[in-house]
Amino acid sequence: MLSRRTRLALWQLGRSFSSMLGLGLVLGIVGLALLGPWVVPYPDDVAGAVNIAGKLQAPSAAHWFGTDEVGNDILTRVIIGARLSLLVGVGITLAAAAIGVPLGVMAGTAGGVVREAVMRLTDLFLSVPGLVLAIALVAALGPGIVNAMVALVLVWWPGYVRLAEAKALSLREEPFIEAARVAGASRFRILWRHVLPNSLSPIIVKMSMDVGQAILAVASLGFLGLGARPPTPEWGAMISIARGYLPDWWWYAICPGAFIYVSVLGFNLLGDGLRDILDPRSNRG
Amino acid sequence: MNLTFLFDRVMVAYVARRLALAGVMLFGLVCLTFVIANVAPSDPAALAAGPDAGHSQIEQARREYGLDKPLPEQFLRYVGDLAQGEFGRSVATGRSVGRDLARYFPATLELCLVAMSIGLLVGIPLGMLSALFKDRWLDHLTRIFAVSGIALPPFWFGLLLQLGFATWLGWLPTSGRLGVATEPPEPITGMLLLDSLLRGDPALFAESAGYIILPAVVLSLPCLASILRVNRSEMVECLRADYITAARAHGTVPWRLVAVHALKNAMLPTLAIIGLRWGWMMSSTVLVETVFDWPGTGLYAVSSAIAGDFKPVMGVTLIVGLNFMLANLVVDLLYGALDPRLRDA
Amino acid sequence: MSPGSDGRSADTRGELNRPRETLLAITDYRLAFDSFDGTAQVLDGVSLQLAAGETLGIVGETGCGKSVLARSLLRLNPAPPARVVSGSIQFEGTDILTLSEREMRRLRGRRIAMVFQDPVSYLNPLLAIGPQMTDALRGQHAAAREAQPSRAEARARAAALLASVGLAEPERLLASHPHQLSGGMRQRVLIAMALAGNPALLVADEPTTALDVTVQAQVLALIAGLVRDRGLALLLISHDLGVIAASCARVAVMYAGTIVEEAATATLLRGPRHPYAQGLLAAVPDLDRPDHRPRGIAGSIPNLLRPPPGCRFHPRCALATERCRVEKPLLRQVAPGHNVACHHA
Repeated sequence: MLSRRTRLALWQLGRSFSSMLGLGLVLGIVGLALLGPWVVPYPDDVAGAVNIAGKLQAPSAAHWFGTDEVGNDILTRVIIGARLSLLVGVGITLAAAAIGVPLGVMAGTAGGVVREAVMRLTDLFLSVPGLVLAIALVAALGPGIVNAMVALVLVWWPGYVRLAEAKALSLREEPFIEAARVAGASRFRILWRHVLPNSLSPIIVKMSMDVGQAILAVASLGFLGLGARPPTPEWGAMISIARGYLPDWWWYAICPGAFIYVSVLGFNLLGDGLRDILDPRSNRG
Repeated sequence: MNLTFLFDRVMVAYVARRLALAGVMLFGLVCLTFVIANVAPSDPAALAAGPDAGHSQIEQARREYGLDKPLPEQFLRYVGDLAQGEFGRSVATGRSVGRDLARYFPATLELCLVAMSIGLLVGIPLGMLSALFKDRWLDHLTRIFAVSGIALPPFWFGLLLQLGFATWLGWLPTSGRLGVATEPPEPITGMLLLDSLLRGDPALFAESAGYIILPAVVLSLPCLASILRVNRSEMVECLRADYITAARAHGTVPWRLVAVHALKNAMLPTLAIIGLRWGWMMSSTVLVETVFDWPGTGLYAVSSAIAGDFKPVMGVTLIVGLNFMLANLVVDLLYGALDPRLRDA
Repeated sequence: MSPGSDGRSADTRGELNRPRETLLAITDYRLAFDSFDGTAQVLDGVSLQLAAGETLGIVGETGCGKSVLARSLLRLNPAPPARVVSGSIQFEGTDILTLSEREMRRLRGRRIAMVFQDPVSYLNPLLAIGPQMTDALRGQHAAAREAQPSRAEARARAAALLASVGLAEPERLLASHPHQLSGGMRQRVLIAMALAGNPALLVADEPTTALDVTVQAQVLALIAGLVRDRGLALLLISHDLGVIAASCARVAVMYAGTIVEEAATATLLRGPRHPYAQGLLAAVPDLDRPDHRPRGIAGSIPNLLRPPPGCRFHPRCALATERCRVEKPLLRQVAPGHNVACHHA
């Protein structure tokens, strides 16, 4: 028998249509990413076979979303791109959290000079809106998918510092932390046993939302020509090429864009649902 | 709104402190851009000298741009130039970055102001409505709309709108700020909508309004969505508050309960999101301006970044960062105007 | 605090105990709250009567449903989750449970007014006192379809109301925000707001609980004076028998959503018949007999999702027999004007 809390959470999640939709979309994208090469309609196009005769075909029964400028099936290329987008999105989020959360918890519990230093640095990074800073970093590092990832991690970590610091700071005043301190628990024990588990809910919610936003950001850089380079099957880069074939071959841009939208939507809805359950009092944005 | 408190002595001190803090942050930002520019693995001197330049030409370019000096000296020069409004020269075009920014920034500001107006005028009423009809179909619809608004890739959505409204329907122009046939007027503020009004030129106003609609809608969507969501959830909280129960018990009419008593309280967190979203919007201009060929700082930053030309990118970073700081300062002051507890604190 | 209200006697017993026409009659009122865990029977067949100008106290532990009952009179319980199961609330001859929201608004403030527990949370923190009062005043006129007073008129009336509850400098108060006032002043403001529509019934939900002891006495004296001077009927909710003894002619004891005993205050204080009422009295510390230790009641309030069958008090009752476990005791008269719901009384 599950605890009341767990049952309540599952009941809320199951009752919320949008959360279930989010979960379904995320599972769908993860499934495509895992099974990609085995489910695509044209496995030969994965590696980028050239078939000039069949280039830029309109959507048909054979090619649901048409073919691209070298005759590859667009749907195949987009499904293969799911793996890259998902990996990059999850990777950026994990790396940003791995940098930001320890720094934030440290700043929130340590106080004094450490806190000032960490938080001012955080403020500095947050003072330039994300994508502009990412572009500045990519301009310096040079375009490419790896540099785009590095730039986005550098842009993303301060958000986690803010969140973890605020949570740790508010927890520091909580009676049960004080009780643990009075009871003689070591600082590390307090951090590990009390502060971290209690800050986890908003961090999980933020990470779920951020995977979607990171996928969007990587695609944005790809679209601008500062991220993944063709012929890498990256959704943003594909749209950037498709743009050159507008408006006559308009369907080229539809499929990759729809996949970005659906995956970001999935992670956002899921994060939203998780927040309603795990962290009901926080702000939405 | 009562703004007289701004002249209070306490308030002057508060504003001064905030300005000083913004100054420190600005210096930090200057340092940050300098660091970013100097960790770059590529060689700006080589870029400046051109693709076919030999070793000696590259060295000459290096001297010409002051790139041969030690880093501390370069930094001092960078700060000194910035203090005089001099952002350096683009190595790709040789033009002054400061002058470029002055030309491009008003276009971006105009786009953002229009987009923010759309976000506020649609987001706040919709948020209020969905709070009032919580868990009813209207609320579910706005929720889907809001989450979609944040999830839609702006560059893709922009392309779709161009396709639909410009190519197929032909109602609106595809891209740019004005038609090729129209001579842009001598700038007053540089914002075409404002300038055309100042000059009393309704035809120009109509034309530039037509050009700004699509990019502004695309830019406003994520902002509108988050204003809507925050306003909704705050309104839900506020409508449940004890003071609303009391005001209802005392006979206050429903529309005033919602539109004044609850909304005023809900606006505090909404303001914070508006400040944050202003920054997001500034950064989304890089995508929207690219799609719509809007001649602003976003397009300028992207084209320079692709060319590996740092000075313009750093200039845009500084301008956008400064703008974001000012927006947050304004939000802080509006907080004081809205919340009497802060005024007395 | 102004001196005006302090001279008034808190003792209004006897004088107001004359039989008059029935103002309020609650009959077998049942209210449930639906939640994930099931349905809580919060009010389980409450019956009460109140004559015009009469003062009735309702006493009980936290969570016994007395605040929910008070809010029911103005229909302020949010529905859902609240759901009326059965019963009627007759006020001046009409069942308010059958009124439309529009008709209900005509009663709020005008016929029935309410004073709340915690004046901090029941005043809007962002609005000055003036607009909060004038909104209520103008809203009452709007609900009654009368010509609305101008803002200046409403403000003058608000100032007069503030003066009538013993607040000095009413004009300055109207311009103040709640955080600038003391707890006692805030409660006086809330009382003034409740009086704005010249109501027939004043419902006071724990009006002194959030206040300092010294201020409590002043506020109670103020309420008692208003009741006497204006001929108001008073329904005073409190967990503190002392507060009720000081202001009410009659008292009803509530336990887990039912009235278990109802009598003249003096009668009940002298000889409570219900075991719970006896326990409640024994739990009150007696300042005259410091050696006499107050006794608590064993056990705790039942879970209303699964209330005990029969008498809801039986698990905590020393006298409980098999009958108490099966059959719910009804309120019956044991002496003139003295009703008890107990098989053993």
